Amino acid sequence: MTRLTGGLIDRARNLRFTFDGRTYAGHPGDTLASALLANGVRLMGRSFKYHRPRGVFSAGSEEPNALVELRSGARKEPNSRATVAELYDGLEAASQNHVGPLGFDLLAVNDLFSSFFAAGFYYKTFMWPRAFWEKLYEPAIRRAAGLGSLSMQPDPDAYDKGFLHCDLLVIGGGAAGLSAALTASRAGARVILADEDFRLGGRLLAESHLLDDAPATEWVAQAEAELAALPNVRILCRTTVIGAFDHGVYGAVERVADHLPEPGRQVRQTLWRITASRAVLAAGAIERHIPFRNNDRPGIMLAGAMRAYANRWAASPARRVAIFTNNDDGHRTALDLAAKGIEVAAVIDSRSDAQAQGHYRLVHGMVCDAKGRLGLRGVQIDSDGRREWLDCGALGVAGGWNPNVHLASHHRGRPVWDAALQAFVPGEGGPCGLIAAGAAKGQGSTAAALRSGAGAAVEALAQLGIEARSAELPAAEDAPAGLRPLWHVPGKGRAWVDFQNDVTVKDIKLAHQENMRPVEHLKRWTTLGMATDQGKTANVTALAVMSELTGKPIPETGTTIFRPPYSGVSLSVLGGGDTGPHFRPRRLTPTHEWARAQGAVFVEVGPWVRAQYFPRPGETHWRQTVDREVLATRAGVGICDVTTLGKVDVQGADAGEFLDRIYANAMKSLKVGMVRYGLMLREDGMAWDDGTCARLAEDHYVTTTTTAQAGPVYRQMEFARQCLWPELDVQLISTTDAWAQIAVAGPNARRLLERIVDGFDLSNEAFPFMACAGLMVCGGLRARLFRISFSGELAYEIAVPARYGQALVERLMEKGADLGATPYGTEALGVMRIEKGHAAGNELNGQTTAQMLGLGRMVSSKKDGIGAVMSRREGLAAETRVLVGLQPVDPAQPVLAGMHLFAEGAEHRTETDQGWITSACHSPHVGSSIGLGFLADGGTRMGETVIAANPLQGQKVALRVVPPHFIDPEGGRLRD
Amino acid sequence: MHFSGLRVIREALTGHKGWKPLWRNPEPQPAYDYIIVGGGGHGLATAYYLAKTFGRARIAVLEKSWLGSGNIGRNTTIIRSNYLLPGNEPFYEFSMKLWEGLEQEFNFNAMVSQRGILNLCHTDAQRDAFRRRGNAMLLAGADAELLDREQVRAMAPFLNFDNARFPIKGGLLQRRAGTARHDGVAWGYARGADMRGVDLIQNCEVTGFRIDGGRISGVETTRGYIAAGTVGVAVAGSSSRVMAMAGMRLPIESHVLQAFVSEGLKPTIPGVITFGAGHFYVSQSDKGGLVFGGDIDGYNSYAQRGNLPVIEDVAEGGMALMPMIGRARLLRVWGGIMDMSMDGSPIIDRTPVEGLYLNAGWCYGGFKATPASGYAFAHLLATGRPHETASAYRLDRFTRGYVIDEKGVGAQPNLH
Amino acid sequence: MLIPHPLLGLRDAQEFTYLGDAVLLNRPDGMAEGAEAAFAEYVYLRDNPAGVHRELWFHEQGDRSWLVVTRDTTTHEILGAELARDVKLKGGAA
Repeated sequence: MTRLTGGLIDRARNLRFTFDGRTYAGHPGDTLASALLANGVRLMGRSFKYHRPRGVFSAGSEEPNALVELRSGARKEPNSRATVAELYDGLEAASQNHVGPLGFDLLAVNDLFSSFFAAGFYYKTFMWPRAFWEKLYEPAIRRAAGLGSLSMQPDPDAYDKGFLHCDLLVIGGGAAGLSAALTASRAGARVILADEDFRLGGRLLAESHLLDDAPATEWVAQAEAELAALPNVRILCRTTVIGAFDHGVYGAVERVADHLPEPGRQVRQTLWRITASRAVLAAGAIERHIPFRNNDRPGIMLAGAMRAYANRWAASPARRVAIFTNNDDGHRTALDLAAKGIEVAAVIDSRSDAQAQGHYRLVHGMVCDAKGRLGLRGVQIDSDGRREWLDCGALGVAGGWNPNVHLASHHRGRPVWDAALQAFVPGEGGPCGLIAAGAAKGQGSTAAALRSGAGAAVEALAQLGIEARSAELPAAEDAPAGLRPLWHVPGKGRAWVDFQNDVTVKDIKLAHQENMRPVEHLKRWTTLGMATDQGKTANVTALAVMSELTGKPIPETGTTIFRPPYSGVSLSVLGGGDTGPHFRPRRLTPTHEWARAQGAVFVEVGPWVRAQYFPRPGETHWRQTVDREVLATRAGVGICDVTTLGKVDVQGADAGEFLDRIYANAMKSLKVGMVRYGLMLREDGMAWDDGTCARLAEDHYVTTTTTAQAGPVYRQMEFARQCLWPELDVQLISTTDAWAQIAVAGPNARRLLERIVDGFDLSNEAFPFMACAGLMVCGGLRARLFRISFSGELAYEIAVPARYGQALVERLMEKGADLGATPYGTEALGVMRIEKGHAAGNELNGQTTAQMLGLGRMVSSKKDGIGAVMSRREGLAAETRVLVGLQPVDPAQPVLAGMHLFAEGAEHRTETDQGWITSACHSPHVGSSIGLGFLADGGTRMGETVIAANPLQGQKVALRVVPPHFIDPEGGRLRD
Repeated sequence: MHFSGLRVIREALTGHKGWKPLWRNPEPQPAYDYIIVGGGGHGLATAYYLAKTFGRARIAVLEKSWLGSGNIGRNTTIIRSNYLLPGNEPFYEFSMKLWEGLEQEFNFNAMVSQRGILNLCHTDAQRDAFRRRGNAMLLAGADAELLDREQVRAMAPFLNFDNARFPIKGGLLQRRAGTARHDGVAWGYARGADMRGVDLIQNCEVTGFRIDGGRISGVETTRGYIAAGTVGVAVAGSSSRVMAMAGMRLPIESHVLQAFVSEGLKPTIPGVITFGAGHFYVSQSDKGGLVFGGDIDGYNSYAQRGNLPVIEDVAEGGMALMPMIGRARLLRVWGGIMDMSMDGSPIIDRTPVEGLYLNAGWCYGGFKATPASGYAFAHLLATGRPHETASAYRLDRFTRGYVIDEKGVGAQPNLH
Repeated sequence: MLIPHPLLGLRDAQEFTYLGDAVLLNRPDGMAEGAEAAFAEYVYLRDNPAGVHRELWFHEQGDRSWLVVTRDTTTHEILGAELARDVKLKGGAA
């Protein structure tokens, strides 16, 4: 056991957890990593490529090594960083990316052959024979690659999204963030303070030095208490700000329940979209290491992390440790560990003039090798050429600190090199309104961080016109780091730069040798910085090594910027929990409940859910039902909810003129009380949408659109009204949801409607085909009636306010019982429109013209309608394919939409393709399958036989070309 | 230097001392016969085929940044030839056939992996459209299979079959489709071109065209004036900006497309899968990351970054389609700038300036086209005539009314 | 993104539908001589600038007004927004 005294853990309670099946104990306040260290476990994972044994490297979210599969079953979460996994009772974790036990990974054989797997090796081999790539090489690579594994079960937990607004978002709750939040909140600003940790304080929790002669945690507790009590402050712990987006929008993920065994009634995580007028980036800094041979042995870690484990978590990776440093910060770790009773074997300082700061052995030199495959046993020291092995169970490496510029570069603003700090700091071009402070800006001493945070808040609020004064700040250490750069220890062997992806100094040298020198080439060639930590612990070091090789200064060698998210975010929380049936809202028709009571089968039509057909007892196949619905409609009367068609109400003195420009055909000339079929073109001249246009009054039209285009057509009409012709006196409103519209079709349609209208003359003379009127029905219900037909039968569409839709259908069914009233769904609707030859979505697919649809003459050249000019272009005029009907020569043969059409005897190739079948169905009227399709020169080929080919399903069918009206070609039924 | 497994072994045993630069860093010459503007995938492939297949010499590729820094450096790596229209399908099938022999041809493993692409359908109308498209693919000599729901389930049992807002009805499968290692493609072409004497000049931005009497005579660059007999521009994402220097307006808008990769995972997803009822498509890289994407952000942009709503929309689509990915973590999201053309199809054509040629308008489909685009553009530059599979990609198709609109949404780039 | 609606203040861009370059306000006269060439340019050609861009957004999930938004396509910074109707009545999007 290596549990020390002190620390911010609750020793009164024990938490039991398992790692790779073994049970251990820890305390509230522990992370999985600290608890494992306290239990003497150093080996926690395997690297990506060579499967090298690895231990914990950091104490934060930048951890590249200690990745585990957390939890089990459907809640298993691969690649979880042990360093930020908060311990709870019953936590289960398993190491990942190995075959066999963690201590004896069979894939570690890769490490023996590592010289064959140098940077970019796979680009140079595995090419012969070609077929072996998919069959042999790639599957082997894929099995070895990857890290953790998914459970392959749906995530059982709930997630949420929320929106927050504030004057100042403070990102990071360490010294700088707390002083910024105190300063801003005291000035009355609305403040959100977000920190990824489960406890505010940042590095202050990891340090032993005092603020105003008291432990820093006391100041943190006071600050937190003050902030928590203020109504204008919201503290979000366990919350990672993942990205800086446009106009002050930040994404943040709050891990609401990840510290609990199960979320229970809570959501597991929440995605916050925070709109902030200003933000302070107080995200701190990440320590960097110094590559040397075998610097990846379990037990070698960042010195700052080692100090954090000792001070905050009362844990140490070993009883005897050493420190390797190029700055004064490493000595602090030595002092703090010594104070906790850990034996400091030596501090190895690369600065020849470094002084010991306490009672420990100081060696001027470098660490040049390490031993202990599954756990560090010793390091080799080189001091002016004298080499010595030093026994130790852990080594802290202190190479300086990299400001955490991540979010500052999300708008592609490049960090700039600060030569004094030997680090990149946030540069120009950062997100608008984001001000860096504290260690994130290179202000790394506690005193500087406190000052800088308060200053940033004052500056940010001043930009908002809020006067703020810096909070009074405690006295704190303000020592310079005294860093003298040492980017890597020269020598033979492999020295790791990017731990997880196994990128070594040698790999960078090879990239240089092969001219992969631009930093993006370097990254892509070696996979540097592509691991789960996204280069947080590797990129700057790699740049420095490349800079040494090219002889160019670091900033000229390149910079690296970061992309969102700051750290990995579950896809569940980004999706927000609206999964399965809740993926999109459902739009229900006014008669939905009625249809359900009738036993309807429903179908998704865009967002709508519509009745597809209404099976009756004894019907065993959907075709039986649909055939019955069609025949019943054509023989008696059918009833269908067509509310989903878009409806736009058009009013105003210029309504007719406006619609003349919207439609390809004329609408101004339409008589009051009449309806006209209307065709809309896009401005590029292609057919776009069709519907009806009814003139209810001189200055009042009601238009309909297809279901699919209801939104886009309304948008286009508003575009025309506001952007093209604002001088016209016309107003629009979409009334799709306001009116329930019911089709009543069939020879008995008039007789049925006569039973519900309030004294309205429905005779053919008074209300002919294509008439419309406003009227009263069912004893005082306001309604609109249109005598239009999609089925080819005598038909009407009746509209009533949506809330009466269901009552209307019930009344129609009741009154029509003796007339054979039959509800029909979208399938029968489709069959009847194909039998009648009406175009629908499959024909109006945005790639066809009015001419192809047989509607070319509708496009008026006497007015400036949208799309008319472009419809006359050469390519459109030269199109010969037109809509025809198609009927199998052998009635037993199938006709399927998507078959391609060929002349008899022709070869079937792209070049000989003459068209395709757009829509097909079984026609109970014709007694066979029928289809509609576009056929080259179709208008002149009536009676000809063509071949419909469906090589996809091995079919070839001889079809006769017929006019696209399979019933009542003269239209008598409509008009009688 | 010839790459092979033996070579890798020999170098490994001798300390990797023998590896040579993949390409030279030449200084620009005062004049070339051919200048390709843009060292992305299409530009590099053009130079490669111009030198190798068409035997041309004195060729330079001018790249304002690093080689492969265009959209070939930031895409979702899908290769496929599953198009509907006769203007497109033969071209993309030509590209697929080039992919199939590419690595052996340029002696570089670009990890072309034909693990298939499965487009899912959720309505009868979508299935009808797939039948039409699948047949068009077969008629053009490509492969296609129409799967029913149970066949889809057998291939991808982890999809949401039981509890979906838009149930899966089937799918269109192209087995020869798949993915390729995008950077490897750029490097393979670059190395192959360099070996054949092409000067690949990085950090050399074209700042103007010199045009005399309607004919191109050279380009102004940040590294000085360079004369050229023929100039081909292949700078998708920046086409409008570059061609404005030649006085041209294009039927193109620049839009940002975001793409996504998860943390590495053990093999989960076999090939490429696309959702038919939401914006989501996904594959899994050889390193284990789920590589996925959705729709463009939808507004004109040159910023190479997008916004949160699209990230959420894509994640929603992914969770709706395959809810077992919920506990995987998004590792990185990035944005690329697309040349969104007015009909969703590309342009490979001469321009009104004699000797100046344009390769543009790839929308978000440029990666899969890389080999055929390079080949066809080289053909055009070398012979003055369009390649037979690219003859529909003319600039004047818009005014003449011969658009190639796969989606049928008209002249609105953000809908393609 | 947030769009400063001239009537409603800052609104989330998700409430809007984007169309494109505000030159779409300047529809040619379809009855004029040479209309086909004018329309080909109107429908298909765009400046597509890297920098300041005037563009049309429709407040579809809002008050259904069309706006002309002036935005920098390199930074996404929004420089202003007007009702498209007002722009058109003042002579279009020149």
